[in-house]
Amino acid sequence: MSQVRVLVGTRKGAFVLNADGKRDRWQISGPFFPGWEIYHVAGSPAEPDRLFASQSSGWFGQVIQRSDDGGATWEPVGNEFKYDGDTGTHQWYDGTPHPWEFARVWHLEPAPDDPDTVYAGVEDAGLFKSTDGGQHWAELPGLRTHKSAPDWAPGAGGMCLHTIILDPAHPGRMFAAISAAGAFRSDDAGQTWQPVNRGLHSEGIPDEDAEVGHCVHRVAMHPARPEVLYMQKHWDVMRTDDAGESWHEISGNLPTDFGFPIGVHAHEPDTVYVVPITSDSHHFPPEGKLRVYRSRTGGNDWEALTRGLPQEHCYVNVLRDAMAIDSLEGCGVYFGTTGGQVYASADAGDSWAPIARDLPAVLSVEVQTLP
Amino acid sequence: MIRVVLPAHLRTLARVNGEVELQVEGAVTQRAVLDALEARYPVLRGTIRGHDGGPRRAFVRFYACEQDLSHEPPDDPLPAAVAAGTEPYLIVGAMAGG
Repeated sequence: MSQVRVLVGTRKGAFVLNADGKRDRWQISGPFFPGWEIYHVAGSPAEPDRLFASQSSGWFGQVIQRSDDGGATWEPVGNEFKYDGDTGTHQWYDGTPHPWEFARVWHLEPAPDDPDTVYAGVEDAGLFKSTDGGQHWAELPGLRTHKSAPDWAPGAGGMCLHTIILDPAHPGRMFAAISAAGAFRSDDAGQTWQPVNRGLHSEGIPDEDAEVGHCVHRVAMHPARPEVLYMQKHWDVMRTDDAGESWHEISGNLPTDFGFPIGVHAHEPDTVYVVPITSDSHHFPPEGKLRVYRSRTGGNDWEALTRGLPQEHCYVNVLRDAMAIDSLEGCGVYFGTTGGQVYASADAGDSWAPIARDLPAVLSVEVQTLP
Repeated sequence: MIRVVLPAHLRTLARVNGEVELQVEGAVTQRAVLDALEARYPVLRGTIRGHDGGPRRAFVRFYACEQDLSHEPPDDPLPAAVAAGTEPYLIVGAMAGG
């Protein structure tokens, strides 16, 4: 029977949750790296027992950990993330130029076909690549040195590169998203980049439809239809049908179009999930009801998924990297909250149950579907 | 031998228990001690100071003989008691964050 492994990064350590394909009994191991912030844990599609974890702290900086046995044991690997060449400046919160400074790795994206290749999205926004299993990291500087970069500015959580998508159908095509700069596409394996933000509209910036400056929270793709991308922006849920050349809004009947994560069903490219959050100052669900919203039409028409989720007095947040989707036949959906709960649905969102209740605040959730 | 006390998180990372004892050739300075420490435990590179040997991370402090040496020049000699191994060199995670 298939198995699933859920990888949870929290404010105070990492956890690994295992279950068989029924997904009704979970074994929790951890905390790994207790006391450290774990922004992301990700598994290699090419070698699923190889995991990478971003471990960081305000005291001791960045560590990258690697496991080659599915999370049972870990070894630190390379932690030097040095920007390539002149680091230049971006805008600071007060509008003044501010030098690029490495803070932490937000997101790790292992390559689908090589267990030694992994990408890292970092704060201040930059894209790094390792081809030796995380021992050494080299920047792909074409993104950070884009001509628009001096105008990028940090979002409230820092100027982070949080989304990396490798297009499975077009060799060399990849997407990255930065808060608060926007979405970018490379067609040459990360050497050069172009902003792909046409159609985005952000009321919080001076030029509301500027080429860059949008606070993109998350972007998701279905691998069978890679020209379609879904985006949860600071406000607005958006969709492109042409690999980012143009976007249109699909917020439709959502109770609020603010939120952080967005995900796509493993077998239905038109089925999309978001978690609406009241506003950028509230950072909790509307009416104290934790609801995942699902569209089966590629956006605009959304249904609330509530069965098994708290429907009163719930004031948690769900962060941008804290939703994941497995690829079992009965598609599983997972998300973690800032209250330390991890919820799972084994029926594409129709019903939910907590698989961990009292973890530290959840920063990220990934899931691996194992044979 | 120079005695070094690491903060708990770095002891875990370096997989050591208790004090670390280091042989330092030449003048016993903060830089020489940290160089020797990082040579013995490469996993600590970047966690105390920058990868290129500095500067000290903001929330890491260096103490010895009841003195705060965090702002002393890294190439100044450490107190004789540290060089003689009678007092440890303390690497401390600053109290911060509530």
